[in-house]
Amino acid sequence: MGHRGQRSFRHGIHPPEHKDETKGLAIRQFPFAPVLVVPLSQHIGKPAVPVVREGQEVVRGQRIARADGFMSVSMHAPASGRVRRIGLVPGARGQMVPGIYIEPFPGSTQEVMEGRPCRVDEAEPAEILAAIQDAGIVGLGGAAFPTHVKLSVPEGKRIDTVVINGVECEPWLTTDHRVMLEQHDDIFMGLRYLLRLTGAERAIIGVEANKLDAVEHLRARLPGDLPVSVEVLAVKYPQGAEKMLITALLGREVPSGGLPLDVGVVVINVATTAEIGRLLPHGAGIQERVITITGPAIRDRGNYRIPIGTPLRFLLDTVGLRPDVSRVFLGGPMMGTAVASLDVPITKGTSGVTAFTVAETGPITSAPEYPCIRCGYCLDACPLFLNPAELGLLARNGAYERMAEERHLMDCFECGSCTYVCPAHIPLVQRFRVAKLAVRRIAADRKARGGEA
Amino acid sequence: MSPTILLSLTAVATLGALSLVLAALLVGANRRLQVYEDPRIDVVDDLLPGANCGACGFPGCRSFAEAVVKGEAQPAGCTVGTDAARAAIAEFLGVEVGAQVRRVARLACAGGRNVARMKARGVGLDSCAAAALVGGGGKACAWGCLGLGDCDVACDFDAISMNVHGLPVVDEDLCTGCGDCVVACPKDLFSLQRIDRRLWVACASREAGDEVLEDCEVACTACGRCAADAPDLITMQDNLPVIDMSREPSRVPIERCPTGAIVWLDPDRGLVKGSAAHRVIRRGPLPLSPT
Repeated sequence: MGHRGQRSFRHGIHPPEHKDETKGLAIRQFPFAPVLVVPLSQHIGKPAVPVVREGQEVVRGQRIARADGFMSVSMHAPASGRVRRIGLVPGARGQMVPGIYIEPFPGSTQEVMEGRPCRVDEAEPAEILAAIQDAGIVGLGGAAFPTHVKLSVPEGKRIDTVVINGVECEPWLTTDHRVMLEQHDDIFMGLRYLLRLTGAERAIIGVEANKLDAVEHLRARLPGDLPVSVEVLAVKYPQGAEKMLITALLGREVPSGGLPLDVGVVVINVATTAEIGRLLPHGAGIQERVITITGPAIRDRGNYRIPIGTPLRFLLDTVGLRPDVSRVFLGGPMMGTAVASLDVPITKGTSGVTAFTVAETGPITSAPEYPCIRCGYCLDACPLFLNPAELGLLARNGAYERMAEERHLMDCFECGSCTYVCPAHIPLVQRFRVAKLAVRRIAADRKARGGEA
Repeated sequence: MSPTILLSLTAVATLGALSLVLAALLVGANRRLQVYEDPRIDVVDDLLPGANCGACGFPGCRSFAEAVVKGEAQPAGCTVGTDAARAAIAEFLGVEVGAQVRRVARLACAGGRNVARMKARGVGLDSCAAAALVGGGGKACAWGCLGLGDCDVACDFDAISMNVHGLPVVDEDLCTGCGDCVVACPKDLFSLQRIDRRLWVACASREAGDEVLEDCEVACTACGRCAADAPDLITMQDNLPVIDMSREPSRVPIERCPTGAIVWLDPDRGLVKGSAAHRVIRRGPLPLSPT
């Protein structure tokens, strides 16, 4: 456990934090790229349906695509300009996805079009839920899961505690840290919506101990009428994972394959909360988000408010990239993924951009892998108490279904702690990702064949 | 009689009686609890190849055997075994062999390293699935074959081999149509097709226009010439020609294809392109795209 007064979970790791590089830098507004690329599916679920046509002029904040069903959210124009093309755009995961190209007008202002406001003291819970979907809000911590779906409490379930996730355990990133320091009013306003919507009795803001200035900042401004407290958590990775956070704050364990709802909790990222509080009173939608751009290969590191759809190439050109750059990640070094092309745009789920030089990543070759020596470091690292060593051996042999059926593979949320500590350099989490994909594909294939027979 | 003999006789009598009682119990249990299984299932099962590949649509050879005996499937449903084995099963059961055209795996990509560009170099696990999970893999074409051979590994019949340009080649004679490669390919490029349907679109790119040629020289540009030349056979969908596999194919559509994305899969000569397609003579891989 951590220091006195700091809550934590068991297991986990301590990677170098590298937060000092950007945590003191105030959020800066980013300029508009010459062309913004807005994928219609920046969230988990069904892509949105465009409601604009090619050639049409749009205003910043205007809705350009509507939600297609419940598992979907709206999209809004990130800048005032003209819809140049509706077609395929490069997605963050390397695939081509339907999307909208918007060409901002020269000298386009930061002014945002507003819609019908949703007032926290008057709106019914269902109206707040609809407003959240309408504002295009998804989990900004990186998962991009539609927030209104998370907040929909099924019949027979109850939420007693809303947990606001201000942990930000990912190394290098300081997005949430800056949001907590600069947008406290938005966070508290968002909390009002969340409490009214869920009917929860209390809210807890969980913050890692490396952001004590944010803790003091929030504690000094807590509104007296809100049942909310700010708790300090030990600095440990992956403290910010939903299940870990609930265990650390409330001592409750989310069952295997279950959701926080099963233990009466909902966890919302602090930046998402701030967006709810910022947008809903004005009936506006997400048209930008705060992103930390950092790493040894970046010249002008910092925290930026970036229009959705800004291509990575424009972004890196603006902040300056060192010539010896070797890898660029969307997200941080632990949970982020390397990009294969600089044409991919910033989406709602991008919490940071990190770039590393050859000095950190080494030459571009695969590191040699040694046999497992049964040291058990990975068992002590896995926050879910899985057995990564055993899983790794099964994965090597392609026994993917056995991994899922006997070893709880599908509970793994790919934090990478096992790979981080492995002295034999076995790419454990990489294999687990492949295994999870294979299990899903095999299940889908079986279902398809079952339908045939 | 000596007590020793008496003692042994008692033992023999007791044990004998006990064994008789137990034997009676076992006989009774066997009669009452017996589950009848058609003995023909075992025979059919023995005649099947025992690969348990699932190509027939059943979980394994045994369940296929049960279905054949019940008359729910025809012996021809097993595409893995030999013709002789299928005939033997049909003769044994006194049923028709059934007609089933063999299906083989076909790859909807022809973008080997000599014609399709890479935009990034991959580091890490030597697997298409792993590469696809990181930014979609390094191929410039988002749909293209990553060439790391997950299908080769998945194939239990050695029907797939990787050629010098990093493309899987299916040996039609060895392919049983089990579909393991279909599941293994993270880009969904494999599908099972009737072996006699030799007209094939060897591209999966949904992009239209000549810009796609920067990423891959043999990509479909969605020009639509093939669909115009054989309108009853081909329709354009999502910027790709879709062949009506229920019709007899012809070589007409491949003739005017400028890139050679639509091909004729000749059993002897391999991939045959139309006369309008530019010839690829490059042997080495293309360099990385400039970033």
